[in-house]
Amino acid sequence: MAKFSGMKINPKKFHRSQIKFYFILIPMAIFMGLPIMFIVSHAFKPLNELFAFPPRFFVRVPTLQNFRDLISLAADSGVPFSRYVFNSLIVTTTGVFLSMLFTSLAAYGLSKLHFRGKKLLFEINTLALMFVPIAVTIPRYITIARLGLIDSYLVLILPLIALPVGLFLVKQFIDQTPNELIESAKIDGASEMQIFLKIIFPIILPAVATVGILSFQLIWNDVIGSTLYVNDESMKTLAFYFATVAQTMPGQAANPVAGQGILAAASLIMFVPNIIMFIFLQNKVMNTMAHSGIK
Amino acid sequence: MIRRMNHPAWFFGPYLILFLTFIVVPVIMAITLSFTYFNTIETPEFIGLRNYVELLTRDEIFMQYVLPNTIKFAFIVGPVGYLMSFLLAWILAQIPHRVRTLFAIILYSPSMTAGIAMAVVWRVLFSGDQSGYLNSLMLNWGLIQEPVQFLTSPNYLMNIMIVVSLWASMGVGFLAMLAGILNIDQSLYEAAYIDGMKNRWQEIFYITIPSMKPQMLFGAVMAVVGTFQVGLIGVQLSGANPTPQYAGQLMVNHIEDYGFIRFLMGYASAVSVVLLLMIYGISKVTFNLLGERD
Repeated sequence: MAKFSGMKINPKKFHRSQIKFYFILIPMAIFMGLPIMFIVSHAFKPLNELFAFPPRFFVRVPTLQNFRDLISLAADSGVPFSRYVFNSLIVTTTGVFLSMLFTSLAAYGLSKLHFRGKKLLFEINTLALMFVPIAVTIPRYITIARLGLIDSYLVLILPLIALPVGLFLVKQFIDQTPNELIESAKIDGASEMQIFLKIIFPIILPAVATVGILSFQLIWNDVIGSTLYVNDESMKTLAFYFATVAQTMPGQAANPVAGQGILAAASLIMFVPNIIMFIFLQNKVMNTMAHSGIK
Repeated sequence: MIRRMNHPAWFFGPYLILFLTFIVVPVIMAITLSFTYFNTIETPEFIGLRNYVELLTRDEIFMQYVLPNTIKFAFIVGPVGYLMSFLLAWILAQIPHRVRTLFAIILYSPSMTAGIAMAVVWRVLFSGDQSGYLNSLMLNWGLIQEPVQFLTSPNYLMNIMIVVSLWASMGVGFLAMLAGILNIDQSLYEAAYIDGMKNRWQEIFYITIPSMKPQMLFGAVMAVVGTFQVGLIGVQLSGANPTPQYAGQLMVNHIEDYGFIRFLMGYASAVSVVLLLMIYGISKVTFNLLGERD
């Protein structure tokens, strides 16, 4: 059993045997993390440092000028920056919540309920997630126009709620939960919905949280909705505004280098909520199962 | 109320309505369009299989660049990204919680920096003049005499796309696998060691992977779908569609090129149906490789 003591999944504390893992993790983390550090550092660079030659990785004299430029650019275009933020927050919170709820409900149905057409439904769902989104853009526009949903908040949310990938993921997790759990609850007289809410949902929280993370990214970063389905400038989202800045500012014309700083600031603003959401939900992803009572 | 909710409709209703309206119906429309000539303005005109015939027999760019590029890209980024996700998830599962959280955030964050961030970081790093960081470094060290045109030269573009994609490949699949590994019943390992299991490799192949098969499958599907549906990177890096000499042209770029630049939506739909068939076929093969029979 001496050998066994070295093996440990989810250890409580540091042990010498873990050192070898850090030899892989630390270089990987540097490779993955440096570009992120670069965005952060670039966003705070004043103009002369953006122009500096040779280029420098870290910022020397941080400034908020890039962020101020970004906000005043919005004001110039007629829609205050705060409006974009507000739109994005409303659309994203509603969308993420509904997406997690609907997706996990459907996944429970696919995994544990019995009815005709279940296999077919799962197969259609899998096919749908394999169909490249860009090819559906125009047909989806036609559908939305027919439904008369153009120019409403709903149209920024509704198309993004049903998440075939999410359904697939949550179903995989529910498949792993033992049927005995459900059977015994049924004997005690619980309905399917009660079983789902009280027993299954807590167990699959990691998967649901993963769907939350995914759906947050999709909705928060979505540009297509604001570009195609909404004409009213004051209903468009932050991601859309940044995308227009990215199209008009960068690379090409007048002042490519100054544009870089503003774009980095925009990337940072887009990125921070993503990471906050991730930190908030990752604990669920990584730790819930251990306490879920299946063990 | 909740006490009487037994019917499948309670579970499927909301999802199904949205799924059908915004996904299934548009997908069926797109598939139908692939049998038509549609310039996005006039009514589509039915032309049978002509788009497909054209694609397979006449479209030299597709056969010469797009298809080989897509296959090369997907066959490198898919498997390598998948193995990396699994290995890193497995390693992360074996260090304490706090450090793990920190590393998971760092490893996962590239996959969150979609869109413009991609353009900012990588275009600046690989920029072709002296202000490009990589060029500046290599000039400094005397490795090269003059700046390399990383992003506009066909020789480099594809490889850079592969590196950047691998950088961002620790996505949802990785998270799912991490959750899967942490979820494995510890007593399985103990029992296996008592039964004579000898080392870590046996542990991985006999306990870890079989116990987290659903997550392994999910990760695999994500890797296949994710790599075949990549399109933004090449265009964002090089700043043009088509990419320089079609060096970084992938299926999705081809669809964009035809659908939104040349406005031949029928043809673009045909390309996307072919892409769907490819993804579907390869996923099935992957499922079989991973030993899922259903």
